[in-house]
Amino acid sequence: MLGNLVVQALSGLASAASLFLVSAGLTVIFGVTRIVNFAHGSFYMLGAYLGWTLATNLPRGHVPFWGGVVLAAVIVGLVGVVVELLLLRRIYKAPELFQLLATFGVVLVVQDAALWIWGPQDLLGPRAPGLRGAVYILDSRFPLYDLVLIGIGIAVFLLLWLLFQRTRFGILVRAATADREMVGALGVNQRLLFTGVFFLGSALAGLAGALQVPRESVNLQMDLAIIAEAFVVVVVGGLGSLPGAALAALLLGQMQAFGILVFPQITLVLVFLVMAAVLVVRPYGLLGRAPAGHAASLAPVEPPIAPLSPRGRLVAGVALVLALLAPLVLADYALVVMTEICLAILFAATLHFIMGPGGMASFGHAAYFGIGAYAAALLVKHLAAPMELSLLAAPFAAGIAGLAFGWFCVRLSGVYAAMLTMAFAQIAWSTAFQWVDFTGGDNGILGVWPPAWAVPKPVQAWGTLILCLGGAFLLRRAIFAPFGAALRAQRDSVLRAEAIGIDTMRIRWFAFAIAAAFAGLAGALFAFTKGSVFPTYMAIPRSIDGLMMVLLGGVQTVTGPILGAIAYTGLHEQLMRVTELWRAVLGAIIIALVLFFPRGLAGLGARS
Amino acid sequence: MIVTRRTAIAATLAVPAVASAQNDPIRIGEINSYTSQPAFLVPYRNGWTLAQEAINAAGGINGRPLATIHRDDAGKPEDAVRHAGELLNNERVALITGGFLSNVGLALGDFANQNKKLFVASEPLTDALVWSRGNRYTYRLRCSTYMQAAMLVEEAAKLPAKRWALVAPNYEYGQSAVRWFKEMLSRARPDVTYVAEQFPALGRIDAGATVQALAASNPEAIFNVTFGADLTNFVRQGNTRGLFERRAVVSMLTGEPEYLEPLGDEAPEGWIVTGYPVEQINNPVHNAFRDAYRARFRELPKLGSVVAYDTVLAIAALLRKVPNLETEAMVDAMAGLKFQGVFGYAETEFRAADHQSTMGGFIGRTVLRGGKGAMADWRFADGRAYLPSEDAARAMRPAG
Repeated sequence: MLGNLVVQALSGLASAASLFLVSAGLTVIFGVTRIVNFAHGSFYMLGAYLGWTLATNLPRGHVPFWGGVVLAAVIVGLVGVVVELLLLRRIYKAPELFQLLATFGVVLVVQDAALWIWGPQDLLGPRAPGLRGAVYILDSRFPLYDLVLIGIGIAVFLLLWLLFQRTRFGILVRAATADREMVGALGVNQRLLFTGVFFLGSALAGLAGALQVPRESVNLQMDLAIIAEAFVVVVVGGLGSLPGAALAALLLGQMQAFGILVFPQITLVLVFLVMAAVLVVRPYGLLGRAPAGHAASLAPVEPPIAPLSPRGRLVAGVALVLALLAPLVLADYALVVMTEICLAILFAATLHFIMGPGGMASFGHAAYFGIGAYAAALLVKHLAAPMELSLLAAPFAAGIAGLAFGWFCVRLSGVYAAMLTMAFAQIAWSTAFQWVDFTGGDNGILGVWPPAWAVPKPVQAWGTLILCLGGAFLLRRAIFAPFGAALRAQRDSVLRAEAIGIDTMRIRWFAFAIAAAFAGLAGALFAFTKGSVFPTYMAIPRSIDGLMMVLLGGVQTVTGPILGAIAYTGLHEQLMRVTELWRAVLGAIIIALVLFFPRGLAGLGARS
Repeated sequence: MIVTRRTAIAATLAVPAVASAQNDPIRIGEINSYTSQPAFLVPYRNGWTLAQEAINAAGGINGRPLATIHRDDAGKPEDAVRHAGELLNNERVALITGGFLSNVGLALGDFANQNKKLFVASEPLTDALVWSRGNRYTYRLRCSTYMQAAMLVEEAAKLPAKRWALVAPNYEYGQSAVRWFKEMLSRARPDVTYVAEQFPALGRIDAGATVQALAASNPEAIFNVTFGADLTNFVRQGNTRGLFERRAVVSMLTGEPEYLEPLGDEAPEGWIVTGYPVEQINNPVHNAFRDAYRARFRELPKLGSVVAYDTVLAIAALLRKVPNLETEAMVDAMAGLKFQGVFGYAETEFRAADHQSTMGGFIGRTVLRGGKGAMADWRFADGRAYLPSEDAARAMRPAG
């Protein structure tokens, strides 16, 4: 019994070691550059694939094996440098989170590149030489390699600690993490520092990936499987804090190892439960500190938003009339696409409402879309409610969820708030996934079709057009109303807003709930156009889609999300039909847009 | 030939109307999770191409070639439904087919039912597709979770083991596999007990901790449902930690080349598995298929290739049976449709009662041969023998 517990704890330590290696790179990069690097998981995957290639092609033996691991890490580090030099360096001055869009493009490109280079099959690399066996610990066996991995985790931690405490580079990194402007003001070459940090962070991801080769198979899902957990570790530990990442990895590794003994099905959501609990109690993570000053972004202060110019009104009016006439002439499938674009516009507009004027990013906005969809579907399924009633009820359900989750989220700021929204979204997702009797689990709820009068595609198109654009218009009205002014005021300066009597917390809270309610409407409409509801409706990829639309369109403008939704949904739909390599092409287009329109699509119009 | 509304419209639009209707390809819409499940679906696509080329080279269906329009749903049911709409409205396909993930299959089945179009599901394993949520317009080829479990229980019940531990991915497929396995095994062997269950998240198994948790319960036998990357990691940790020593293991799908090959020389020995002993099957039908596949793609077919090939064969058999491409006629013709699949054993039939095909599978033991995993002592298990009776199956279909 004791032996089992000890070995279970060691298993947890081994997972913690590999989690720490990935997260260390992510936290260092974030600490210095403030970039939420989605591509970090891709670097991890690249490290694993390169590690596999080197391990299978180099001769057997200690030196080639470990040399191969280090080489894989260095190559991935160099790939990171290339990404930094060619892509990210050009957009450091873009609005906060815009870089996320660029790194997402990299993720898509790397996915297809890895498929192209290494093929679709899972690859199982050789074991580490001399470490194939196991050691006996109190009558239970424990893999030798896992023991070594724990040692490597500790060694890397100590080396990084020395690097950060004892070298000039490390001191600069820590200084930049604490206050980037000040470091710049002192004349430090930030470019070199950023590139160096990117090399270090990417190489750590590559190292973590290469070290997994003797333990696990290398496959194309590794990147997305690791990235969410790595983010959780970084946020739980405190952004930019290396000891924090170590502590959080340790905590999560042990929770995982012992959690499955008690609740075998908990792995789905455990990390997010832990993150939510930690962030509610400690808003900046276990060892994190509130960022000094207003150092969130290098971007210039946002200009006040203006109502549409007369010309803009004319363009919008014409577009609206055309859209209203479209169902008369378009074929059924074109109407389906139009319906989806309308839904995307409303979804993006709700996310923009809290991101743009509200200044709160959300990585879990799909939760409210999904809750709306589920509310409608459950009403239809369990109470045989008519569609009209379900559509009316869905925004309330999503709004209430928004009030409940938002109460916690609006207390936090920046990436912490965004990650808490993701935690709640994952909790909602796993509820839908696991509560099979009520929600149908991952097999979803089928037969959520509209009544006969709403079946014809033109009717659906008009209905969604009116409801979605109406919703988007109401949100736009709210932005220009006193409520919106207060919302923008608290975004620009909490202190000054409070001084003139605005209850900033409450404003943010209500904005969050309003956005959630409208997202719920979009979700319910989506459910009726698709005829079924699945947990994927509130999974992370949909939240990311929403983020991409808003960022692509431009966070600072009110028209941005509309343009972003049209561009992103349209591109996605077209590319998926014409090419197998749609991910690579979409990624390349996103990267190109980021490079050439760093203020988003709407920013293009504003500048010219 | 009965003039349907569609052929009438086509006739008014096309200039050489009659000639074109006779030589125009028959268009099939195929939707699958190509980008999210490439390990299964790349060989699947190859099998599809091979089958379609073979049929077209032999003159197609009454002179009309088959043309398939493939779409990638990226593993999302909502995208699959959109593609289905596009294929029907824009591409004017005669029927929809494909599906790998169970939820995608169910979404497409429900879409087919709503739009009164035929959906021939190839791979989705969920029992709900033909039973609890079965409908008139949905048929399924691949032998289901229930059938796989029934094949394995037959062997598991012969083992002396009484203490069983179970491990399965945490989603519908894993949960139903475990449920059926327990239900049928307990019926055959009332003396067995289940001492541990582990449900790792799909694709994200924490193999060390999972293996340790199973070992701690000290079972006499293990039933495994994990596959793909989870299986590989589970096996590697299990081998190192001695989980499988002196224990029987019964494992679903593990004998499929898709999942056995990546294990290389670490493939476990002596596991009772369902799978596909591709290189050992020796009958004229399968030999011809295997040779043609190897000549075209320079590798052995995988199970995905068989599923795709058989799907095309089933669709071709259907199209030969119907006078025109009207959905209701095709749906009626699907009931009781028979064709010879490339396994080369018993004819496959789509049962009229529950729309499930009787496509069988192989059951055997894993061994290591020449540094790779293979199946030994295998036999073909005809799907008919592992399905509930047609009456019982009909009773499980609320929609009839």
